Amino acid sequence: MIQPLLFGYFAFAIVVLSLLVITRKNPVHSVLWMLLLFFHIASIYLFLNAEFMAAIQVIVYAGGILVLFLFVVLLMNIRQELLINKFIGAWPTGLTFAVGLLVVVIMSIRSFIAAPPGNYSIDLIKQETHTKALGKLLYTEFLYPFEIASLILLVAIVGAIVLAKRRLKS
Amino acid sequence: MVPLSWYMMLSIAVFAIGVFGFLSRRNIIIMFMSIELMLNAVNINLISLSHYLQDLRGQILAFFVIAVAAAEAAIGLAIVIALFRNKATAHVDEVKEMQG
Repeated sequence: MIQPLLFGYFAFAIVVLSLLVITRKNPVHSVLWMLLLFFHIASIYLFLNAEFMAAIQVIVYAGGILVLFLFVVLLMNIRQELLINKFIGAWPTGLTFAVGLLVVVIMSIRSFIAAPPGNYSIDLIKQETHTKALGKLLYTEFLYPFEIASLILLVAIVGAIVLAKRRLKS
Repeated sequence: MVPLSWYMMLSIAVFAIGVFGFLSRRNIIIMFMSIELMLNAVNINLISLSHYLQDLRGQILAFFVIAVAAAEAAIGLAIVIALFRNKATAHVDEVKEMQG
């Protein structure tokens, strides 16, 4: 009984916060609303018995990516940005596209047929703890994708340094 | 127990808001945040499907999505810094010298 109520609150808050993120004029306000949004999404993950993903959401997104965004926003001069219009002139086109996408996908959800359930039942995950079950799967069946992910992160580190560093005048 | 379709509707709602933000804003930081919104919507969908189908693979995929999102944010913001150093603007319509 309490669960649909809580889900309703979190879903409503997530939708409202996403709207706030994309409609604020000042990017600093957007980043701060997005911080709140990520905490709400982490609580949605807790509903789904995915506590490791909730922790990752808070640590990586709220602690890592958003701090990066905030640094970059504070580095640039937004005073001129605040003077011009928020939206482009053709924003109804974007709205039409987004609403059309929403309607089409919601209509297609009704014909969704679930696959037969897999091996990891909720009781098994609770007994083994979620982090351990996820780690076992990640380091056995998904070892190669995991290595590729580490390579992607290495490329990101090197690329970010190369792009953002000031060119030396020789 | 909340039905699966509620989670899917929440996910597509956030995704559509991200699409709208990406198409109608021209501040490059807000455009990046719209991309992050879309990635988060996909993650909500993946994790809810993983829970309801009792299979952890969806969460593994969401894990990789988060890793790629971190890499994308780092590279993208480095590009923003390079752009801001050369053009002193965050408005993407002002940057039109790269059309070949």
